Amino acid sequence: MWPNKFDYQRAESVDQALELIGDEGKFLAGGHSLLPVMKLRLSAPEQLVDIGRIDSLRGISANGGLTIGATATHAEIAASGDVQSMCGALADACGGVGDQAVRNFGTIGGNIAHADPASDPPTVLVACGASINIQGADGSRSVDAEAFFVDLFETDLDDGELITSVSLPNCSDCQCAYVKFPHPASRYAIVGVAVCLKMDGGTCAQADVAVGGATVKAVKCAGAEAALAGSTLDDAALNAAAEAVKADIADWLAGDVAYPESYRQQMAGVYLKRAVKAAAG
Amino acid sequence: MSTRIFGSGIKRREDPRLITGEARYTDDIKLPGVLHMAVVRSPYAHANIVSIDSSAAAAMDGVVAAYTSEDIGDGLAGLPTAWLIPDSDLKTPEHPALAKGKVRYVGDGVAIVLAEDRYTAQDAADAVEVEYEELPVVVDPEAAAQDGAPQLFDDVENNIAFTWVMGDKTASDGVFNTADVVVRDKIVQQRLLPTAMEPRSAMAQYNPATQELTLWCTSQNPHIHRFIISAVTGLNENKVRVIAPEVGGGFGSKIPCYPDEALVSWAAIKLGQPVKWTETRSENYQITIHGRDHIQYVEMAANRDGKLLGVRATVYAGMGGYLSTAAPGIPTILHGLLYVGPYTMDSVYCESIGVMTNATPTDAYRGAGRPEATFLLERMVDMVAKRIDMDPAELRRKNLIPAFEDGYEVATTLIYDSGDYPAAFEKAIGIAGYDDFRREQAEARAEGRYLGIGITAYTEMCGLGPSQVAGAVGFQGGLWESATVRVTPTGKVQALIGASPHGQGSETTLAQIIGDELGFPVDDIEVIHGDTTETPMGWGTYGSRTTPVTGAALAEASRKLKEKARVLAAHLMEAAVEDIEYDDGKFLVKGSPDNFQSIQDVALMAHLAWNMPEGMDPGFEESQFYDPPNFVYPFGTHIAIVEVDANTGDIELKRYIAVDDCGPQINPEIVAGQIHGGVVQGIAQALCEGVIYDDSGQLLTGTMMDYTMPRADMFPNFELGETVTPSPHHPIGVKGVGETGTIASTPTVYNAVLDALSPFGVEGIDMPMTPAKVWQAIQSA
Ligand SMILES: Cc1cc2nc3c(=O)[nH]c(=O)nc-3n(C[C@H](O)[C@H](O)[C@H](O)COP(=O)(O)OP(=O)(O)OC[C@H]3O[C@@H](n4cnc5c(N)ncnc54)[C@H](O)[C@@H]3O)c2cc1C
Repeated sequence: MWPNKFDYQRAESVDQALELIGDEGKFLAGGHSLLPVMKLRLSAPEQLVDIGRIDSLRGISANGGLTIGATATHAEIAASGDVQSMCGALADACGGVGDQAVRNFGTIGGNIAHADPASDPPTVLVACGASINIQGADGSRSVDAEAFFVDLFETDLDDGELITSVSLPNCSDCQCAYVKFPHPASRYAIVGVAVCLKMDGGTCAQADVAVGGATVKAVKCAGAEAALAGSTLDDAALNAAAEAVKADIADWLAGDVAYPESYRQQMAGVYLKRAVKAAAG
Repeated sequence: MSTRIFGSGIKRREDPRLITGEARYTDDIKLPGVLHMAVVRSPYAHANIVSIDSSAAAAMDGVVAAYTSEDIGDGLAGLPTAWLIPDSDLKTPEHPALAKGKVRYVGDGVAIVLAEDRYTAQDAADAVEVEYEELPVVVDPEAAAQDGAPQLFDDVENNIAFTWVMGDKTASDGVFNTADVVVRDKIVQQRLLPTAMEPRSAMAQYNPATQELTLWCTSQNPHIHRFIISAVTGLNENKVRVIAPEVGGGFGSKIPCYPDEALVSWAAIKLGQPVKWTETRSENYQITIHGRDHIQYVEMAANRDGKLLGVRATVYAGMGGYLSTAAPGIPTILHGLLYVGPYTMDSVYCESIGVMTNATPTDAYRGAGRPEATFLLERMVDMVAKRIDMDPAELRRKNLIPAFEDGYEVATTLIYDSGDYPAAFEKAIGIAGYDDFRREQAEARAEGRYLGIGITAYTEMCGLGPSQVAGAVGFQGGLWESATVRVTPTGKVQALIGASPHGQGSETTLAQIIGDELGFPVDDIEVIHGDTTETPMGWGTYGSRTTPVTGAALAEASRKLKEKARVLAAHLMEAAVEDIEYDDGKFLVKGSPDNFQSIQDVALMAHLAWNMPEGMDPGFEESQFYDPPNFVYPFGTHIAIVEVDANTGDIELKRYIAVDDCGPQINPEIVAGQIHGGVVQGIAQALCEGVIYDDSGQLLTGTMMDYTMPRADMFPNFELGETVTPSPHHPIGVKGVGETGTIASTPTVYNAVLDALSPFGVEGIDMPMTPAKVWQAIQSA
C-alpha cells in the first residue's frame, strides 16, 4: 500500500527512455504488475521512467504479419480486428486477462517483461512463433519468444533494455485458440494452453502447442505437436497428445499448495484437448 | 388505503451515499496535525524478542516518535477477554497492546512509529531493527493441545485455554453404545478471513484541557469499545467518546477491541496530537480476526429405521496467539447449544477445547459457532442416510420437530420460540422438484455427468439475547438495547439507537418499524447511531440482533409516544380518550372522521405545550430499554444442485434454493439481500475460501490473489422462498436474518458435492472443495 520513495519521469521518446533509465530504474507501462509489488515493498526501484506516452511504442499494425506496439493494452489487442483475424488465440488470451480494468491498463510489453509464469499472452506468443523486438543503448535486436522466456520471472532482457514491439507471423490460414483454467482468486492461468493448427482438409498438417500457467515459463510442446500432426484430430490423437503434453512440460512444472504441480500437469492434458477442440471447432 | 410501510420493499436509504462514494469512513476524516501510526509487526509466528532498536527510525525526518511495550509500561492495560465462559477452567493470558518479550503470531505488534505522513511512518517502521530468536511453531489446534507441542504461554498448560463441556457424558455414551447405527467423521472447519470491504481504521484525539479522548474507529459496537478503551487507558468512561462513522462491513471482525485502537489512544494522549492508523489489506488479512478454525471429531447415533438419537463431538477450536474479545464464547455457547438443530434428537454432548496457536486470533465471524454446528449436524444426517440407505430428504422429514407456536424445549436446554420446520422443508423440496431431480441425476450419471443435490434443514438462535442468559454464560456485558424516539416540533423523527449497524440496511428497516407504529412518513424518520455521546447505551450490532432487539425497543418507545399522542389528541379535540381511533398517522374522534389531529399536529402541540392535559409533560420523545425474554429462532431449508466436472474437479453451482423464516419481513428486499450475502459467504467456505498457513506460521493466503473471495459469476440466480412464523415473545414478531445464509449454505453445497461424487465413493473432502482437491479425491477414491 505504501511504496518506498521513488522518482518519476515521463519519457517522450524511446531514446529518451533509454537515456533516463539508470541502474536502479524501471520502465513503467500500465503499472499493473510493477505497482502492486512496489506497494507491498517487494520491489523498490529508485526511479520510474514512464513509457506510456511514447507514440512509437503504441498501436497495432498489419503488414503481412502483425506488429504490436509494446504499450498496446490487453483490451486493444483483444478488440483488434487484425489480431482477431491473424492470431485469434492472442485475442482470446488478452481478452481473458484479469478483469476489464486490468485489460485497460496492462500492456503486452509489460506483461512479457514481467514474465509471470501464470500470464496468458506469453503462451500464445510461444505457440505462434512470435518475436520480441528490443532496443537498448547499443542498438536493437529481435529474439524468438521461445528464447525470450528463460525462467520464472526471468527473460532474455538485459537491464536497461526496452521492448519496443512484438511481431507475429500472419496466422490467418491456421486455426488457433487459447483456453485457460483461471485461478479462482486471481484469474491468472492455473493452466493455459495455446494451439495453432494448419489443417489440410480433415488432417492436421502442422500443430504448434504451448503451455503456460502450469510451468515456470511458457513451454513449447514438441511431443504434443507430433501427436497431433498428421492425425484427423480424432480421440486417439487427442488422448496421445494429452499424454505427450504432460511429458513435454515435466521439467518445467510450477505449482503451489492450493494447485500443486501434479494437478496442473494433469490439467494441461485436459486443457490441451479443449484447446484443440476450440481451435478445430 | 395506503400500503403498509411494514413489509414494503423500499430501497435502502443508505445506498445512495454508499454507492456514490460520498459516505465518510474513519479514514476519510481529516484532522489538522494528525500523526500517522505504523506498526512494526513480527515476521515470525513464534519468537523471543532479543532486542529492539528504534533509534534510526526515530531519527528520520518527519518521524515524531517510536515506542515499544517498554515505553508504554503500565500506560495501557492488557486487552481484556470479555466472554468468560464458566466451568471451563478458562485461562486468559495477558494480551498486551505491543508484544512483551515474545511474539505469538505473524503480525503481532512489536513497536509503533508516529510520523507526519503515512509513507514516512512506513519507512520508519521498516527502519526499526528487531532481533528475534525463533521458537518452534504450531498452528494446528489439535496438534497444539498435545504433550510436547510448542508452548505459547507459561501459564497455559498444553496451550489449552479452556475445556467446555455440554451434556451428560454417561447418558450420551449410553445412547451411543446401544444405537443401531453410529456414523463418525473428522470435520475441519477451516479458517476464514472476514474481508470486510473497509479495512479497520482508528483515529484518536485527546483534549488535555477537558481530558477527553475521542476515538473514531471501525466498530460494530462503539459503546463496548468505549468501555474497553476506558478500561485499558484508565480514563473515566465519561471522558471517552467513541464514534463509529460509516463502517464498511464487519461480519464480526469489528466487534473486538484490538491493540491498534488502544495504541492510537495511548499515543494521542502521550503526544497531545491526533493519531491515525488505517490497516492495509495485507495487515487486515494478517491481524484482523479470522473465523472458524475447528477440528471436530463428530459422531451421530441413530436407529436403523431412521430415528436420530444423538450427536456428540470433540472440538479443537483454534484461538490463535491471544484470546480475542469474545473468542471463548464462539466455539462453546454459540456452538454447542445448537447441536439439536431442527430435529427431535434427545442426546447431545460436546467437549470444546479452546487452544492457543501461533496464528491470528479468531473470534466471531458471521454465524459464529452456529455454522460450525449446523455443518456437523447436516454432514452426520447425510452420513446416517447413506448408512441406512434412506433418502436424505426422507430422513430429515422423519426427524423434524413438528410445528409449534410458543416454546419447545430441546436437549441443549434452549427453548425454541416458534417454528414450522416441516412447512419450510416441504416448500424448499417443492421448489427444487426433488423427486424429478433424482431422475435427472440418474440419467446424467448414465451419460457420465455428475449431478448432486444437498439439503440443509436448520434453526439457529440469534437476536442475542436475554441479559440474564448473557450473565449465566459469562458474557461480560448485557444484551439488551435502548432507543429514543425523538420528534421535533415540525414532526421530523430522530431515532437514536445504541446499536451500530454497518451495512445491514437497518437505517431503513428501523425507520419502517417506527413509521408503521406512528404513521410518520418513513422519509421523515432519521436513524442515528454510532456515537457514544449522541446515542443511548447499547451493546452493538452482531448476532443478528439489531432488528429483533433494537427494533423491539423502537417499537415499544413508539407505542409509548402513540399513547401520549392519543391522550393529547383527545384533549385537543375535547373528546374522551376512549373515543379516539388511530388510523395511519391520524387520531380521529369515533363517528366524526373529519375531526382529527395528525401525528404531526400532536407533536407540534406537545412541543408548544400551550394546552396540555393535566399532568402531561411537554415534549414528544420517549425512550425504551428492551431486554429480550428469549433468543429468536429463525429457521428454514436450503437446497443446492451442483455439477462436478470429473476431468478437472471444477464445481458448477446450478441451482440454489433458500426457504427462510425470519417471522414477518419488515423489508423483503433487505431480507433477500441479507440472505444472498450470507449464502454467498457460506458457499464460499464450502468451495473456495480458506486460510493456508505454512508450517512456520506464515500466511500463504495473504492477498486476494491467493485467498479466493467469491464472485458473482460463481453463482446462479438464487431461488428464495419464505414461510412466516412470528416469534411469540417479540413485540412485532420478527426474528433475525443476518446470519442464516452462512449457517445453512455451507453444508448444503458440501452435501451436494458429495452426492454428486457418490458414484466414485468419495467419502469426504476438506473444505474449501477446490477443483484440485475434488479432482484428487476422485483419483484416490
Ligand atoms: C488483478 C490483476 C489480475 C491480473 N490477471 C492477469 C491474467 O489473468 N493474465 C495475465 O496475463 N496477466 C494478468 N495480470 C497482469 C497484467 O496483465 C499486467 O498488466 C501485466 O502483466 C503487466 O503489464 P503493465 O503494462 O501493467 O506493466 P508494468 O506493471 O508497468 O511493468 C511490469 C514490468 O515490466 C517492465 N516493463 C514494462 N514495459 C516494458 C517494456 N516495454 N520494456 C521493458 N520492460 C518493460 C517494468 O519495468 C516492470 O518491471 C493481472 C494483473 C492484475 C493487477
